Amino acid sequence: MLTIDQEIYDAIVAHARRDHPDEACGVVAGPEGSDRPERFIPMVNAAGSPTFYEFDSTELLALYKDMDARDEEPVVVYHSHTATEAYPSRTDIGLASEPNAHYVLVSTREHGNSEGPVEFRSYRIIDGVVTEEEVTITPQQTETVQSQKRSTP
Amino acid sequence: MAIEVRIPTILRTYTDGAKSVEGSGGTLSALIDDLEGSHPGIKERLVEEKAGSVDLRRFVNVYINDEDVRFMGGLDAELSDGDQVVVLPAVAGGAR
Repeated sequence: MLTIDQEIYDAIVAHARRDHPDEACGVVAGPEGSDRPERFIPMVNAAGSPTFYEFDSTELLALYKDMDARDEEPVVVYHSHTATEAYPSRTDIGLASEPNAHYVLVSTREHGNSEGPVEFRSYRIIDGVVTEEEVTITPQQTETVQSQKRSTP
Repeated sequence: MAIEVRIPTILRTYTDGAKSVEGSGGTLSALIDDLEGSHPGIKERLVEEKAGSVDLRRFVNVYINDEDVRFMGGLDAELSDGDQVVVLPAVAGGAR
């Protein structure tokens, strides 16, 4: 199951809407082993395409070095499909290389850049096997709760 | 000649879970052969044979001291003692 804050959920959806009709992509990093997506990092789609996404290779290295320095890992890897359903394509499955990540797919095919409901689904993709999972959205955290959370070892 | 090689999660099955390993070689190609000796199977995940010549896989990124080897001659990129090599699978996909 993916548990994600409302604020981050909204940020992913907003990014997908903004970049429509091109695919949007990014990660949400979190402390290694925690399974908590906490730090939203939108990435540039270097492919700039409505049917493909790829992180720029230099930005990819910077991202991983930064996560490494913070003892983080990519808890969520997200991208959008702009004309098809929010389900991993053959390419998505073949290239999935983070066995610990939740692969989030958002489809903007219904409303494009406009407001309106979007499909937001999450999957595990391990060794070519796709398993859909439930998404639980937690209400926006208050500042107090967040600082308590940070002090928890 | 020791070169530190950072291994991504997906390839740590070849390194007993190690995040980084040491290897040697004067070129990236030689380094990958050396790694294959100590971590059998890893080479196949990094390179592929296409039209009779061996090249880096399209969706594998390799960096030497933070520079993408695609801009440094690919498998022929030169290495020296103390260099740091990072391997990162591309984060990519698409609608088809």
